[in-house]
Amino acid sequence: MKLDPQLPGGAIQDAWTQRRRELPLISPINKRRFKVLVVGSGLAGASAAATLAEQGFRVTLLTYHDSPRRAHSVAAQGGINAARNYQNDGDSIERLFLDTVKGGDFRAREAGCHRLAEISGAIIDQCVAQGVPFAREYGGTLANRNFGGALVSRTFYARGQTGQQLLYGAVQALLRQVDAGRVELLTQRDVLDLITVEGVARGVVCRQQGSGRLEALTAHAVLLASGGYSNVFHRSTNAVKSNASAIWRAHRRGAAFANPCFTQIHPTCIPSGDPGQSKLTLMSESLRNDGRVWLPAQAGDARPAAAIPEAERDYFLERQYPTYGNMVPRDVASRRARERCLEGHGVGPGGRSVYLDFTDTISREGRAAIESRYGNLFAMYERITGSDSYAEPMRIYPAPHYTMGGLWVDYNLMSTVPGLFVLGEANFSEHGANRLGASALMQGLADGLFIAPATVSGWLAGHLHAEVNSDHPACQAATAVVQARIDGLGSSGLGSGFGSSSGGGRSCDSLHRQLGEIMIGACGISRHAEGLRAALAQVQALEQEFAQELRLPEPRVGRNPELEKALRLEDFLQLAALMLRDALAREESCGAHFREEHQSADGEALRDDVNFCHIAAWQWNGDGQEPLRHSEPLHYRHATPSRRNYR
Amino acid sequence: MSSTTIRLTLRIWRQEGPQQPGAFVSYALEPLSPDLSLLEALDRLNETLLMAGERPVGFDHDCREGICGACGFMVNGQAHGPQRATSVCQLYLRHFRNGDTLTLEPWRARAFPLQQDLSVDRSAFDRLLAAGGYVSVNTGSAPAANALLVGREQAEQAFAAASCIGCGACVAACPNASASLFVAAKLGHLALLPQGQPERQRRSTALQIAMAAEGFGSCSNQLECAAVCPKEISADWISRMNRSG
Repeated sequence: MKLDPQLPGGAIQDAWTQRRRELPLISPINKRRFKVLVVGSGLAGASAAATLAEQGFRVTLLTYHDSPRRAHSVAAQGGINAARNYQNDGDSIERLFLDTVKGGDFRAREAGCHRLAEISGAIIDQCVAQGVPFAREYGGTLANRNFGGALVSRTFYARGQTGQQLLYGAVQALLRQVDAGRVELLTQRDVLDLITVEGVARGVVCRQQGSGRLEALTAHAVLLASGGYSNVFHRSTNAVKSNASAIWRAHRRGAAFANPCFTQIHPTCIPSGDPGQSKLTLMSESLRNDGRVWLPAQAGDARPAAAIPEAERDYFLERQYPTYGNMVPRDVASRRARERCLEGHGVGPGGRSVYLDFTDTISREGRAAIESRYGNLFAMYERITGSDSYAEPMRIYPAPHYTMGGLWVDYNLMSTVPGLFVLGEANFSEHGANRLGASALMQGLADGLFIAPATVSGWLAGHLHAEVNSDHPACQAATAVVQARIDGLGSSGLGSGFGSSSGGGRSCDSLHRQLGEIMIGACGISRHAEGLRAALAQVQALEQEFAQELRLPEPRVGRNPELEKALRLEDFLQLAALMLRDALAREESCGAHFREEHQSADGEALRDDVNFCHIAAWQWNGDGQEPLRHSEPLHYRHATPSRRNYR
Repeated sequence: MSSTTIRLTLRIWRQEGPQQPGAFVSYALEPLSPDLSLLEALDRLNETLLMAGERPVGFDHDCREGICGACGFMVNGQAHGPQRATSVCQLYLRHFRNGDTLTLEPWRARAFPLQQDLSVDRSAFDRLLAAGGYVSVNTGSAPAANALLVGREQAEQAFAAASCIGCGACVAACPNASASLFVAAKLGHLALLPQGQPERQRRSTALQIAMAAEGFGSCSNQLECAAVCPKEISADWISRMNRSG
């Protein structure tokens, strides 16, 4: 497998302009001859579909949701970064670029990060023009706030619902094109395979959720913007149905998967209590500005928080990191919380949470101040847990939140399958080994609004092939593969003697819970070789159990949510194995990937720039075969790799 | 967090598909932690049904944090259930009493055809927005962001209207199954901003025509819509729409 990142030459500041100049154009008359398929209706997918349609291409957008407005971009709370320097505090494209490279712990491409910073301002312009109601100053100009990992104030926001407002802007632009007849919107479709003809991406096979009918859809280019894979961990901050199926099936068809072990765990989430809990809810990280994290100094101390005197409390982040205190980066805060809980200091059910205490700020500034800052978050916490955080400390615990890994793409966002482009969280992105707050929305919109429309158009210019229709043998073959997979699920167990269900004795949910426990234990906040190897064996055994013991309701035509879940879980099981292999192979600690074997005497991450300053890209090698690991070296000409120090 | 458990009976509308007949079926749930959500109780019920060889209950859901707008059904006759400003995914069992029977029914409105059990098709909402619920601006043609000044209070009001999650509770609660709150919130959001001015009249007319065409009823000022809205969108937006489009 050849990994050519297609990086532009010359000065980094001119690279994107230069690349756009080189990309060939298509005449307006010819544009309408091209069909483009977009999978996913989040920020990246909706904005790419709308923009390509505005340019004159014929676009079909597929989403598993009943409406594009439900895509999980909707849940992003904090904000979106842009190097506008509206606050006159020294921000610049250069600074956002360097912050992104450093935040990613020197595991992302410089050229890509620079382009992201360059485009960031135009994204805000576009969103404002769409009618996104950003927060404003009294004079009517845009407001900004601070966010983790930056010394400047460059985050644009709409209360705690920035993702929702940006998504509605993008979806409205999409619906405008639907109304104009330039976008065909196909909802309630699960994308289950990629169709390739002579090695080029030519379409997808999808299942219509209502009828269960399989459809082969063809196009001149396929764009995957289907989001991340945090649900490998079963419980995460993702939506319950967020899935990796489109990218995983594309991987099996030849698209390399980059850095699958780079997954971000967010420190401030509402912890799990009952095993039946279906998800973990994020509480904005801004809470750490005013809350103090602590645990009982005495392991096993079961007294309620209020009964533990000040002298017997351990404010462990303040103790371990005197400079940054409670504001250490996400990965450090998560790791230290887990460590203390494992040592028996944790509170709440199973000792799996830490206190986030606002008492000091409330007594210093008054309840009203806290209420105005975090009122909505306190209300959300109370609704979910039944506990009043003005009176007793919150309990929080880290939860899987974002995946930096994803399908490998070159500078033009094209995967190793020609004609297959990957956008947003679905690609391995510019976030390296760790993503900064408020950068996910920026990247999704950069890909969808500006980068993909230019590069996809440039690629299409050379590929006005004879159209591939759904009766092409490749379409029929791919559809047959999907049909056989659906028919084969849960069929090798006890047979169909169970009323209207078939298969064995395990529900999809119970298998998914088990996968989550294995993965969060071995491949979560902290990893070591022995644990990863054991987990790999466990995941492979679980995949066998899935094949033999899964119970599914019949019939498989018509609406069948259990079947939808099973198809997603099968892909998560295979992806989990790849994550474990990647975590094993990366013998260093960097960003969100912490290998216990690679730490300093005081427990800090040790990066290995001699052996691992590269992107790992995995090639599928068939079922039951070990995948192949390739690498793309990274070069730093502008940013100087340094070691993070928050003490 | 409480350590006791709660026993509930769910009386659920079961209907395999739009063409099949439907009926209520009662299920006595196992004792559950009051810290589970109502949707998690349905997950548990579905796992039990699956293992017993019965078809699980179909219901819409996804983010389970009250922002995607996918979930929604009637709980004891109330859209999204008894808690104010709360979508059904944010209802926890502690909000009910031990021994309660909850009747769960789908949204019932001509414009929202039933798909299965508690799940309905709300694509009519997207067709309303497609009729004109946007600002016509192509990517790349936007002026510099701070060239458009928007007063702070105006931006906050526009945000309040724009926070509608498109769940459909307003339609389900309305005796006329009107989509007036949904449409008025979108018109209000864009009418408050300078970006929305050029198309304002066209947008207002187009959305109101589309609303009738999709089979939604008219507003007769019952205000049930605002009472059940999980985002507390005010019925004042409807007055504003009727006054000035």
